[in-house]
Amino acid sequence: MNTKDVSELKIVNHPVPKVDAPALVTGKAVYTDDIAPADCLIVKIVRSPYAHALIREIDTSRAEAVPGIECVLTYKDCPDKRFTLAGQTYPEASPYDRIILDQRVRFVGDAAAIVAGETEEAVRKAMKLVKIKYEVLEPVLDFRKAKDNPILVHPEDNWKALCPVGADNRRNLCAHGVNEEGDIEAVLASCDYVVDRVYHTKANQQTMMETFRTYTYLDTYGRLNVVSSTQVPFHVRRILGNALDIPKHKVRVIKPRIGGGFGAKQTAVCEVYPAFVTWKTGKPAKIIYTREEALTASSPRHEMEMHVRVGADKEGHIKGIDLYTLSNTGAFGEHGPTTVGLSGHKSIPLYGKTEAFRFSYDVVYTNVMSAGAYRGYGATQGIFAVESAVNELAQILNMDPTVLREKNLVREGMAMPAYYGETTRSCALDRCLARAKEMIGWDEKYPCRDMGNGKVRGVGVAMAMQGSGISGVDTGSVSIKVNDDGYYSLMIGATDMGTGCDTILTQMAAECLDCRMEDILVHGVDTDISPYDCGSYASSTTYVTGMAVVKACEELREKICQRGAEYMGCSADDVEFDGEKVTDLKTGKSISRKDIGNKVMCFNNEVLSASGAYSSPTSPPPFMAGIAEVEIDKETGTVEMIDYAAVVDCGTVVNPSLARVQTEGGIAQGIGMALFEDIVYNPKGKNYSNSLMQYKIPSRLDVGNIRVEFESSYEPTGPFGAKSIGEIVINTPSPAISNAVQNATGVIIRELPITAEKVYDGMKKLAENRSQQKV
Amino acid sequence: MEVHFVLNGKKRSVDVGADTVLMNVLRDLGCKSVKCGCETTNCGLCTVWIDGKSRLSCSVLAAGLDGHEITTLEGVEEEAAEFGRFLAEEGAEQCGFCSPGFIMNVLAMMRELEDPDIDEIQEYLAGNLCRCTGYMGQLRAIRKYMEVRKGAQS
Repeated sequence: MNTKDVSELKIVNHPVPKVDAPALVTGKAVYTDDIAPADCLIVKIVRSPYAHALIREIDTSRAEAVPGIECVLTYKDCPDKRFTLAGQTYPEASPYDRIILDQRVRFVGDAAAIVAGETEEAVRKAMKLVKIKYEVLEPVLDFRKAKDNPILVHPEDNWKALCPVGADNRRNLCAHGVNEEGDIEAVLASCDYVVDRVYHTKANQQTMMETFRTYTYLDTYGRLNVVSSTQVPFHVRRILGNALDIPKHKVRVIKPRIGGGFGAKQTAVCEVYPAFVTWKTGKPAKIIYTREEALTASSPRHEMEMHVRVGADKEGHIKGIDLYTLSNTGAFGEHGPTTVGLSGHKSIPLYGKTEAFRFSYDVVYTNVMSAGAYRGYGATQGIFAVESAVNELAQILNMDPTVLREKNLVREGMAMPAYYGETTRSCALDRCLARAKEMIGWDEKYPCRDMGNGKVRGVGVAMAMQGSGISGVDTGSVSIKVNDDGYYSLMIGATDMGTGCDTILTQMAAECLDCRMEDILVHGVDTDISPYDCGSYASSTTYVTGMAVVKACEELREKICQRGAEYMGCSADDVEFDGEKVTDLKTGKSISRKDIGNKVMCFNNEVLSASGAYSSPTSPPPFMAGIAEVEIDKETGTVEMIDYAAVVDCGTVVNPSLARVQTEGGIAQGIGMALFEDIVYNPKGKNYSNSLMQYKIPSRLDVGNIRVEFESSYEPTGPFGAKSIGEIVINTPSPAISNAVQNATGVIIRELPITAEKVYDGMKKLAENRSQQKV
Repeated sequence: MEVHFVLNGKKRSVDVGADTVLMNVLRDLGCKSVKCGCETTNCGLCTVWIDGKSRLSCSVLAAGLDGHEITTLEGVEEEAAEFGRFLAEEGAEQCGFCSPGFIMNVLAMMRELEDPDIDEIQEYLAGNLCRCTGYMGQLRAIRKYMEVRKGAQS
């Protein structure tokens, strides 16, 4: 059934509304805090005011004396075994560098003590009465000076890296590596032009509307039950086992509806605190992060500085790319060793004809908030650098940047040495770029149009790719069973965080089983009963878990046929299942799915269910092209979004309306990254961007018009030809908008965000240069 | 102090402190549609109606509401479901966490503005942040909803 032609599909490739929509649009109590028991202890964290310090004394007696306070926990109460909060497949690439509470605090906002009590008021009062004497240490705040700095962020002896990622805590290194093919120096030396530039992307907050939150309780068997807004329930089970130093079978994790994640919740940011309280006290406990905590003690995008060299001949054939990425993982190494990889592996392969490439990187510890996973996961940063460099190359060659790309972009069937040596089996990047140019009217608008009112409009372009799951690692499994009256229940371990995976996986199952959406119930994740899934991250769910659905449903169809044949007393070879009934093709006799469902509940020795697991040896990249049109005020440098044309190749589009909204949403987030969003620290490491007053995400007045189309290829290894969509969509805005500013004003911004001040300064400098040249 | 108000058509009396904000009172009374997204009046998630006008319930003291009429999404469930169908058709409810506040403000707009154009819609709803959708799908849903309502009226 996975071999159906796309045009024959009845449910997949159709804009089916989300299965949870009726509950969500009527405001039903379905999120973590809505369903938490009223008697939960309120858990809050006393946080370090210093970027780097040792706790010399900590006195909790007065805090504990506050009426209603249950406990105040400090580093003295915590198991001294290090772990990582990164939600990754074991053994995690992220170093084991944390304990629940440490004597050493490593950023302003790092946890120093946990306070739990009956009411919010009591807890707030007690927090002020926890007396901590700090020995303040000099912090490492400049990530360019972190490597081999005498000040160590993690000097402890029990720090450990489980995987060979080049980490060395004695050098403030969370990871280091070099990956290359061909002789890059020789190739660049042979080029007519080499662009040699440094780009800088800042840390950004995912800013999902629902902040981090978890509640915990002990069940009948004394096991720790954890209800959490997480993308990675199975990883959270392991993380809590490690953190509390208890067997994993003592932990059960349940995921309710989630108010957004974007990767933030691929790190177990808050789960350990209420879990620790419940484990210590036996009482239910709950933590709800304030927005301030979610902006100052969370898991933002890794800040990266990227040195790019792109070489080409006079005709614009790109022959070599050399990229060095310096990534700032902050105080802890969550996702540090892995995000950096994507900055090269998912930017360099966009150019299919390079003769050589080199990608090298360092990931360093510093005394700022720990970074984590954010949609795009390093690819976003690397693509900003490489695409910006290509746009600068176009300017040097005096060539239209879309024409330069047409000459060089990766096409179907090409090998991608920088993408783990994979070959593109599905790629419509050329069509994406061509269509995006048509949509925006590139040929009429490039490079810019003076609007005659002090404003100039420019257009700019960028391309992007991502992966579809982590090849050879990510595992998705599902099981499906037949119940009374023949309805199905689909058990998945993938985590719908609002993106709609419960819906699209049901669509796939309904397509495979030739039934209606409403014939299938989909169950959210409960680690006690759901089949294992690594979770929803790395753009894996549609592709990886989708294939598991197809496999399970194919097996179930066979079993339904066998069972039907058995009940009718004929051979399974002679029957056909049309979704509603099994028919004996020889006699025309049939038995309905309903009757089969009811019959298996009586005098039956074999369950009527099937399971499927899938892990892919490849990770087929989706591709896209994005073109931005912006208007710049020549007097002030203010950049305003006018139009954004995006064309995506995600293979077969499983659900066109959900894929469209994913794309529009990703572009809006990308616009925020490009123009507004910045995490700003003061010279002592205090985070100023601690509320939505300071950390500005785009409102509906800031994004202009966003238009999305799909140019589908067919991915032979994916379910119904599908690839991923979730992450790629955030990657084009930063370089495309920067290019539009470049084409409108000549100003090249190499450090995000592209603020009015930077554009204004750039325009001023260009004007000064021009007037000097005249003199 | 004891405060008496009408919540979703029913009389309620609540004992509140001088610093109790309406949002917490409403959630305690079971109106779980009311969400908190920011604490600084930036996100619009906690939007409810006081005497029929949209207000951010995170920044209204409950003590001042004696004798007023408060409406949350629970009080306009049918209308929310009707507009919600348009939202879901576009896939634009996504994670749904901002949907209640957003829908309350859309329904308030439908009462307040007659046939608003795109700029008026955008301005009216500018205080309702959404991180999932990029806002385009929400706008499509509103325009289709308005079309259908107009068709039904004429």
